[in-house]
Amino acid sequence: MTLLIQYTLIFASVLILVALGGCISEHSGVINLGLEGIMVIGALGGALVMKFFKTDSSFLMILLVVLAAIVMGMLFSALLGVACINFKADQTIIGTAMNMLSVAGATVFVKAINTAADPNDVSSTIQYNGPKKMFIERIGNFEFNWFMVITLVVLGLVCLFLYKTKYGLRLQACGEHPQAADSVGINVYKMRWMGVLMSGALGGLGGICYILAGVSEWKFETGVAGFGFLALAVMIFGQWKPYRIALVALLFGMFRALSNVYIGFDFLYNLKIPSSVYNMMPYIVSLIVLALSSKHSHAPKAEGIPYDKGQR
Amino acid sequence: MDTPYAIEMLNITKRFPGIIANDNITLRLKKGEIHALLGENGAGKSTLMSVLFGLYQPEEGIIKKDGKEVSIKNPNDANALGIGMVHQHFKLVECFTVLDNIILGVEDTKNGLLQKKEARKKVVALSEKYGLSIDPDALIEDITVGMQQRVEILKMLYRDNEILIFDEPTAVLTPQEIDELMKIMKNLASEGKSILFISHKLAEIMKVSDRCSVLRKGAYIGTLETAKTSIEELSAMMVGRNVNFHVEKQEKAPSDVVLDVENLCVKSETHNLDAVKNVSFKVRRGEIVCIAGIDGNGQKELIESITGLTNAHSGSIKMLGKDITREKIRKRNVMGMSHIPEDRHKHGLVLDYSLEDNLILERYFEPEFTNKAGFLKRKNIRKYADRLIEEYDIRSGQGAITIARSMSGGNQQKAIIAREIDKNPELLVAVQPTRGLDVGAIEYIHKHLVEQRDADKAVLMVSYELEEVMDVSDRILVLFEGEIVGEFDPKKTTEEELGLYMAGAKRDEVKA
Repeated sequence: MTLLIQYTLIFASVLILVALGGCISEHSGVINLGLEGIMVIGALGGALVMKFFKTDSSFLMILLVVLAAIVMGMLFSALLGVACINFKADQTIIGTAMNMLSVAGATVFVKAINTAADPNDVSSTIQYNGPKKMFIERIGNFEFNWFMVITLVVLGLVCLFLYKTKYGLRLQACGEHPQAADSVGINVYKMRWMGVLMSGALGGLGGICYILAGVSEWKFETGVAGFGFLALAVMIFGQWKPYRIALVALLFGMFRALSNVYIGFDFLYNLKIPSSVYNMMPYIVSLIVLALSSKHSHAPKAEGIPYDKGQR
Repeated sequence: MDTPYAIEMLNITKRFPGIIANDNITLRLKKGEIHALLGENGAGKSTLMSVLFGLYQPEEGIIKKDGKEVSIKNPNDANALGIGMVHQHFKLVECFTVLDNIILGVEDTKNGLLQKKEARKKVVALSEKYGLSIDPDALIEDITVGMQQRVEILKMLYRDNEILIFDEPTAVLTPQEIDELMKIMKNLASEGKSILFISHKLAEIMKVSDRCSVLRKGAYIGTLETAKTSIEELSAMMVGRNVNFHVEKQEKAPSDVVLDVENLCVKSETHNLDAVKNVSFKVRRGEIVCIAGIDGNGQKELIESITGLTNAHSGSIKMLGKDITREKIRKRNVMGMSHIPEDRHKHGLVLDYSLEDNLILERYFEPEFTNKAGFLKRKNIRKYADRLIEEYDIRSGQGAITIARSMSGGNQQKAIIAREIDKNPELLVAVQPTRGLDVGAIEYIHKHLVEQRDADKAVLMVSYELEEVMDVSDRILVLFEGEIVGEFDPKKTTEEELGLYMAGAKRDEVKA
């Protein structure tokens, strides 16, 4: 049972971080379909720090890994910003391109590093057994992960930002009615850049959190197994509202956690359902949930539409 | 330097490739006056205001505020000079509250957090001072258009703007709301604000403005004291000739029923409820029936179910005695239904087709235009198009092969009217046929509608302009929240009475 809670919390953390990233980006008016790719690149940044940086201070390690993931995520999301905000490209296509680029790019990059160290090693895997432990505190049976705290703080900050600051108000205006924002002197391009970069930061953070959740090495060929898209489903089901996103993420996180720990429950184990069914659960649930809820969704009105100052 | 003028725009010239939008125009706005800017579509009113608001830079001419020359490079400069504008399409964020919309862009913060208390006080004080009743916590999407407009006005006042530009502010309002707006404008002017009021509705200009400047085809025609002029003089200045306002119409007794709608219910596109509820009415030969009402009260769904763009879920529609409730659009067309759609770009024309192809859109399959092998007879199409262009005076750059997109709105509408009328329909359904057109084009379209009626056709029209409703129709049905709440004879009712029904303040039981 503790194991279920533990995995639920950590997977929910990933979903919350990434979904909040998507949420901020969409509130600014840019659909970020590249979250999946941003997660991969963020994870790569964090994993590289863990591979090459040696320290005994777990605080320093956490700080650097988190920073690396955030920076890499933001840099990668800048692609979306340049293409979609400045050059007014189609956001769906750019997001898809980013997803393809990220997995391929990360694989090539890691393979090159591995082969350089050992010519016989052509794997795309990074191991981080040691540093991983620094993220975890044992409390009895429960493995407490510092990312749970980070997520909670981020959730609070995003709520505060969106609803209590002027930049949050302006950001949302840009996603709902950019012409209105422009007419009161708000720079729509700037606010959208802000939204995209923040989603890059949160996506990158979610990426490193994801690969640290269960295992102590990561094979970059696998990407992040659709978690970026799952986060988008969480965001939609959460109606672009942070607290609802958090609740939905817990639900989805639980289904994902079940696939890790169902063996521990005699009742579920005795059902003799193949493990792949449990693995499929979060995705199937998201399909059902979206089919049922998308009709009533309140997406930001201007999302996906490039803003053109000249068009009035 | 003391000057009675708040804003002077002197010898403004603005050129766009191929045309001069503003040719040496001078406009002086006195402090505390309401100054109307009158002109047809394309006369250059919007361009001139865009220059004042910093959206365009003029090639020649200067702008002075309080006698001092200023340069306005963008809307922020205009705001800083105290120039505010209520745009024709409101710039409001629908899912924000009234208060949030007003403070957007000029928010007060403390330690990075929004402070709304002071702002709320100021907004409430302003709304009381100028009689602009609003609820600061209501969401924009929940309030009426009239209140949204008051929010736009408060937005300007909150920014301490002194010069207020209203761009066609009455287009979306009911007569009662228009009266209220006029009062508010006078109130604002008496408090020392200077108001520029863009419109092509002469009655309003006569009612509210102190002075009126007229533009025509980019040129400045003159400025008049409103009290010393007349509607006829203004319209002649605007159009350049005398315009006949009142539609000439002979008495005519309607005969057989052409369209018979019974207990029609249509689902709304936006929500789950019925947009049209149990509507019944008849349209007979030789009459123009007009459906009046404020936009969004089910007109769209009603018309779409009659023309076949959507299906009614209960009730029936009969045309010439035949049930067409579920017939295909082609069938309805062939039976003699013509449709002048509300959105001419979306449903009226294929914008990237040539004019001639647009003109045969509903008849291309007829033997006159397609041979037995299924190929188009280009020669006949050209001949047909040339005839319509000639007969209906459709003006375009290259005649029959002009791409529809490049034509002006008025001529696009003429093309649609030519197509729909020339196929000699039994029933003509016209939705907002004069939307966005100037007086000359409106006169032309009204003439054609009345001709159809006189030729013993049935005409069903939807319009949001009460003046048009009163002028053209033989019978008026008022639609409110999807129901017909009143039936009127235009000779025995007033715009005010219709307004009450349109706003839902009154209703009768109406039997078809």
